[in-house]
Amino acid sequence: MKIVVCIKQVPDTTEIKIDPITGTLIRDGVPSIMNPDDKSGLEMALQLKDEKGAHVTVITMGPPQADLILREAYAMGVDRAIHLTDRKFAGADTLATSHALAGALRKIDFDLLITGRQAIDGDTAQVGPQIAEHLDLPQVSYLEDLKFDGDKTFTMKRHIEDGYQMLEVEAPCVVTVLSSANTPRYMNVGGIVDAYQKEVEVWGFNEIEVDEKDLGLKGSPTSVHKAFARGLKPAGELYEVGTDEAVGIIIKKLKEKFILN
Amino acid sequence: MKLEEYKGIYVFIEQREGIIQNVALELLGQARKLADELNDKVYAMLLGHQITDQAQSLIARGADEVIVVDAPELKEYTTEPYTQAICQIINERKPESLFIGATTLGRDLGPRVSARVGTGLTADCTKIEIGENGEMLMTRPAFGGNLMATIVCKNHRPQMGTVRPGVLFAMDADESRTGAIVNYEVKFNAAKFRVKLLETVKEDNNLIDITEARILVSGGRGIGNKEGFEAMDALANTLNAEVSASRAMVDAGYIGHDRQVGQTGKTVRPDLYFAFGISGAIQHVAGMEDSDLIIAVNKDKHAPIFQVADLGIVGDAKQIIKKLTERLEKQN
Ligand SMILES: Cc1cc2nc3c(=O)[nH]c(=O)nc-3n(C[C@H](O)[C@H](O)[C@H](O)COP(=O)(O)OP(=O)(O)OC[C@H]3O[C@@H](n4cnc5c(N)ncnc54)[C@H](O)[C@@H]3O)c2cc1C
Ligand SMILES: Cc1cc2nc3c(=O)[nH]c(=O)nc-3n(C[C@H](O)[C@H](O)[C@H](O)COP(=O)(O)OP(=O)(O)OC[C@H]3O[C@@H](n4cnc5c(N)ncnc54)[C@H](O)[C@@H]3O)c2cc1C
Repeated sequence: MKIVVCIKQVPDTTEIKIDPITGTLIRDGVPSIMNPDDKSGLEMALQLKDEKGAHVTVITMGPPQADLILREAYAMGVDRAIHLTDRKFAGADTLATSHALAGALRKIDFDLLITGRQAIDGDTAQVGPQIAEHLDLPQVSYLEDLKFDGDKTFTMKRHIEDGYQMLEVEAPCVVTVLSSANTPRYMNVGGIVDAYQKEVEVWGFNEIEVDEKDLGLKGSPTSVHKAFARGLKPAGELYEVGTDEAVGIIIKKLKEKFILN
Repeated sequence: MKLEEYKGIYVFIEQREGIIQNVALELLGQARKLADELNDKVYAMLLGHQITDQAQSLIARGADEVIVVDAPELKEYTTEPYTQAICQIINERKPESLFIGATTLGRDLGPRVSARVGTGLTADCTKIEIGENGEMLMTRPAFGGNLMATIVCKNHRPQMGTVRPGVLFAMDADESRTGAIVNYEVKFNAAKFRVKLLETVKEDNNLIDITEARILVSGGRGIGNKEGFEAMDALANTLNAEVSASRAMVDAGYIGHDRQVGQTGKTVRPDLYFAFGISGAIQHVAGMEDSDLIIAVNKDKHAPIFQVADLGIVGDAKQIIKKLTERLEKQN
């Protein structure tokens, strides 16, 4: 079985703070990481490698520094790493991003394509299903678990709001994986050293199969009209009093708001 | 693409097992407001099997026309049949804009449709307004809720968005409203149906959905343990409230994921939200900050939850829950 995993380098958004004076995001010193859902998807692929001898390729689209997550993937145990990078890809929304990735994926043979459900920076959860559409492959999103029957068919568990669904899909297909699906393994120590000896294939526009008009800024139907840090509402009343008094204050408030009579 | 050929605000009506989901009614309510402002019409797309009898109720909730696709292929949601149906409607009817609830279903369907028709999709919007030139301004959180971005889709139609449940307002049913109901036929290409649904399993379905509760008693790590939740249950009983939680408590296994408030849980907007022992991480706050009244109890007076609370109490949540329950039980 051949598996490709799409991985994205993202700022660790849990470390982002808002400057209270300017109201802008403070991104300085925020570490770059492999997107958590993607890492969970990568773990899923590596488990299939351990159990079934699958061949695992990772691919990322991004600036030169995104090389780091490909090295990390090598250290976790992948077989091949591809770095898509070209000026023509810059300024892409999800549709143009998915076209670029699909263009590269047309050049790779696979049975299963794994993406994360959602990247923690753009937060859209759109790229996976859009790639599936461009490649005319079936998709299962919000994946929690998957079993391969050893021949051609996957049984999948998909998360929904009030439970889950079990689905059956034939390879080749696309899945978008939740970070809760797996606990990713650590890089192995020998692997970290070796990771820097291994070759990362760097691909640009000329290496992939895609219509140039679908790429980058030109290929992006959406644009960010404006962006602003989330406004903080003025703080309410704060009391540091004994339990009885505190309970009294709460009850008074509930009466004031007609929640209690 | 001739932009002026595209008209009407289209809303995807999500139903599960024939039950129309609240988010669809919220979208209709908002679409009605936008259409009145633009002097345009609202079209509800109702897809499913044996659902035609529900079309009239959508007119009462704001639709001018209900496009019903009643077909066995649409009995339960899978991506491809729904995508084919919506794309055929888009290609024939040319909507100006199209909104879908940002549920696990809508966020599966939306990107597939947008890629098939080659238009832009704004993810998980929390606000939709009309811009200077009549375009949709769709505002959404990104960067883990730290940033709000307003997205536009200038030169492609329809302008599509998935919209978060619980943030827009449905209109009250107005039975005097009139509108058209159209039965729409879709030519399916069954050769492309490659995902088979084996079963849908529901968990914890005997409780009220927390997005519909008027009062939520919500607990975080500061509540401690199972006893803490039992105490919250008792308090919730006195107020006819539901119990919800931060992700920390969901991850710890004290309560189901369907009770999680926040960015990766549910967005709630009750009349009253109690936050007991919740620190107020941005991912949590993103799901509850629009509650009418927020009362927070935390032993750390610098806890960020106090920045969104209308009333903050610095103290021990467990003691306060116990005392408050006693006082309220006496009142009842
Ligand atoms: C504030 C802001 C708001 C935005 N809002 C929108 C919007 O509403 N609609 C829109 O179309 N665009 C939007 N964009 C643009 C969008 O963020 C980028 O196109 C981004 O490159 C992909 O979207 P994402 O990060 O949301 O990925 P997601 O769709 O959330 O990613 C899902 C999965 O796809 C894979 N993937 C995504 N990107 C890559 C990559 N570069 N390399 C390898 N794998 C990848 C990963 O496996 C990932 O887990 C926005 C950008 C910003 C800055
Ligand atoms: C991508 C992502 C998505 C996330 N999505 C969500 C989400 O949807 N929902 C969500 O909730 N979180 C989410 N989180 C997690 C979030 O960042 C926080 O970790 C989480 O909300 C913390 O839960 P908490 O407030 O219960 O715990 P803590 O942050 O540990 O806070 C516990 C609080 O209890 C107080 N306390 C302790 N003892 C007492 C006592 N006896 N009396 C009163 N107060 C006491 C402490 O002072 C502290 O403020 C997400 C995180 C990430 C990275």
